[in-house]
Amino acid sequence: MTEAADETLPPARATRGHRKALLQSEQSKGFALISPTFAYALVLLVAPIIVVVAHSFWTQDYLTIDRTFTLENYRIALTEPIYRDLLMRSLVISLLVSFFTVILAYPIAFYISFHGGRHKGIWLFLITVPFWTSYLLRVMSWKVILGYNGVLNSGLMGLGIIDEPSTALLYNTTAVVITLTHAWAAFAVLPIFVSLEKIDRTLIEAAIDLGDGPVRRFLRVVLPLSLPGVIAALLIVMIPTVGDYVTPKLVGGKDGVMIANAIQAQFGKASNWPLGAALSVTTMAVVTTMAGGIVLLLRWSTRLMR
Amino acid sequence: MNRLLSRWLPVYAFLYIVFLYLPVIFLPIFSVNTSAVPQFPLSGLTTKWYKELPNTPALLDAAWNSLIVGVAAAILSTILGICAARAITRYRFRGRTAINGLIMAPLVLPEIIVAISLLIVLIQLGFSLSLFTVVLGHILICIPYSMTVLTSGFEGFDRSLEEASADLGESAFGTFRRVTLPMVAPAIISSLLVSFTISLDEFILAFFLAGTDATLPLYIWGQLRFAAKLPGVLALGTLLLVGSFLLVTIAEVIRRRAARRTQNEGGAIV
Repeated sequence: MTEAADETLPPARATRGHRKALLQSEQSKGFALISPTFAYALVLLVAPIIVVVAHSFWTQDYLTIDRTFTLENYRIALTEPIYRDLLMRSLVISLLVSFFTVILAYPIAFYISFHGGRHKGIWLFLITVPFWTSYLLRVMSWKVILGYNGVLNSGLMGLGIIDEPSTALLYNTTAVVITLTHAWAAFAVLPIFVSLEKIDRTLIEAAIDLGDGPVRRFLRVVLPLSLPGVIAALLIVMIPTVGDYVTPKLVGGKDGVMIANAIQAQFGKASNWPLGAALSVTTMAVVTTMAGGIVLLLRWSTRLMR
Repeated sequence: MNRLLSRWLPVYAFLYIVFLYLPVIFLPIFSVNTSAVPQFPLSGLTTKWYKELPNTPALLDAAWNSLIVGVAAAILSTILGICAARAITRYRFRGRTAINGLIMAPLVLPEIIVAISLLIVLIQLGFSLSLFTVVLGHILICIPYSMTVLTSGFEGFDRSLEEASADLGESAFGTFRRVTLPMVAPAIISSLLVSFTISLDEFILAFFLAGTDATLPLYIWGQLRFAAKLPGVLALGTLLLVGSFLLVTIAEVIRRRAARRTQNEGGAIV
């Protein structure tokens, strides 16, 4: 970690051969230093995912895995109504959640970046703190809020707005969307904030000088330039939420069950690993395609706006 | 329009913060409420739910397990994070971006996918599920957070200070101990605290990889089935919330102080 002297020659003095040797030593030193972490990720992330993909083409007979190639699991995953419905619902939920988190996060990221002044750090800290607390506990508190005897119901009854507790709040898709939107808020604010911070403020001044009003300025300068942040936020929220397990289980009820609950069942009660693997691979493939499509659509539509 | 914005944006920002904090605040409120059902109006102040906590052996076991797993995951992920963050900030090498992307990938993958793939592989390799397998999983998802903290800490690192120390006759080890370490120590401590917090609160990987030993989130999950146990869970949850909050705040304060000292503001997780 401490050898620091060898590549600090001024570039003018370095001959070509010298530079090549230096580059090589940079290459090997850098690679050597990162290799333990890289190896860890290869062994415990890449290899397992390859194994999952392999399993999705196999079948299971009680406890033994039959390694003959088959597409049967994918047929089940894509055509069985129950899995198709769960997958569709998961996609819709993750789409809604990422849409709402980004829409809600944009103004706050904008506010912090453009009007935060000296307190930017404090604002960002305030926004990230709840995210550091246990995800399970945050879902649990939504259950407390939305439940039959929950905060919202007892509060509304106390105010005389409703006469009896509403059952419409908990155990449905809406509850899942609300909970997930809350849980992923910080993940959307940060990337949008970063991309807004990168915008050269003189560009906005130029737009003012050239006579653009606030709306046009925003649509033609700020929004297109912050698009990378918006896209990052969408992806960072959409892909993990599609596979969420805790929220649908705790607040989703029957109507809010998502694909992760079905995947879990294949590794628990149902004990059909290959089907669980195929469901996972299908989910990832579909959500990646959907995310890619949305990215293209967004790029295209902001180009039109300009 | 501009006026409208500058008037309403702060209001919106305030409401947004309320939306973020409100749900979390109900846990502590109902954890000191005498009624076993979390509803308004509150029925009275009590600390009985907290007093019951130390008398629950299963809970103490879970807390101990969480502590072991958290410490192990924090130390190992920080060591791996140090290697990677140092390599990324100090050297340019082929495949740097791709490797970095791979190491950060668990951050954007659905956790259940990471969990089941680890489960399949570990079982087939003949591991029996235990706290050890949980640690393996937690390291994987802690590394991206460690990396973020450490990279931002190492970026402000002025290499000429190390060179100056070497030129002034300090040995390699002396330079490391007296120059390098003090400069990177805040980032390392931050990374330890942050990864410990992540591990302490992590549920899905523990759920799939834990076997029979429960961590705190697993214990809470088990208790959620019983409505009568809810106040105890709320009390425990409150303690966890406070713990996580303190750890993260300390990590942030340490990181910020160091950043101010090396004149490198911003760029970390917050």
